[in-house]
Amino acid sequence: MSSTETIPAGSHGSPAGTLRLWLALIVATLLTWQLGEGGGSLPLTVAVLGIALLKGAAVALDFMALRHAPPLWRNLLLGWLLFVCALIGLAYWKGIA
Amino acid sequence: MSHHTLTLSATPSRRLAGDLAIWCFIGAELVAFAAFFGAYAFTRASHVAEFNLAQQGLNRDAGAVNTLLLLTASAFVVRAVQGALAGRARADAVWLLAAIVCGIGFLGVKGVEYAAAFDQGISLSSSTFHMFYLSLTFFHFMHVILGLIILVVLWAGMRAGRYGPQDMNGLESGAAYWHMVDLVWLILFPLVYVIH
Repeated sequence: MSSTETIPAGSHGSPAGTLRLWLALIVATLLTWQLGEGGGSLPLTVAVLGIALLKGAAVALDFMALRHAPPLWRNLLLGWLLFVCALIGLAYWKGIA
Repeated sequence: MSHHTLTLSATPSRRLAGDLAIWCFIGAELVAFAAFFGAYAFTRASHVAEFNLAQQGLNRDAGAVNTLLLLTASAFVVRAVQGALAGRARADAVWLLAAIVCGIGFLGVKGVEYAAAFDQGISLSSSTFHMFYLSLTFFHFMHVILGLIILVVLWAGMRAGRYGPQDMNGLESGAAYWHMVDLVWLILFPLVYVIH
């Protein structure tokens, strides 16, 4: 927390790792874009939410550097993602039930 | 001094990047967005046909392009943080400038979408879907603007050589906020534009 604290090198990953993750996130977005063109269905919605969950977890863990954070904060963010995706999935299921 | 270094190197894997205050703010923002997402999803559950029909009027391509822009901006912000951490704040400030350009691109694309909607006479009172679509995306839009203001301040700071391995707090805090804005859009895009 102190401004004079020296941050360990590598706390924010490497440029090569960031490039790989960015590419994966772009591919995942293109996949979601494509899935949106099909007719709506429960399996498709689960797939779209699953991709969103994975993308969100990657942003939280690697871009926000929560991989190296105290477990409380990491779990709060990942828990938020899980909760929100589950809530949306549940509402979708309720809508077709 | 040597003891200090030893202590830090022994605990590199338990560190929150940025100020605790910004993380509490991020937590509050995420709770607000979760409430908004839940309200949208469960309202949709009882108006499925109406929501599906109105959603067809959205420009999904624009939503997807904006997702690509925010993800790219986030990756650029990470490159800037990595640069500052490696002691290259001045040289790597350009990554923040690239992120700012992507963020402005997001506002531009969203602005074109809003203009098209208003041309069609769409307003908050057009339908339940449009009330949600406009308020939810505009709430996020305001967060992108705030995120961009933060990035501009950080960019000026990096150009002035303010950040480095000994002083990352401000840069990491602002970067975390920007990533939160990205994170929220990663849910908003499939929820509002894709799922039907």
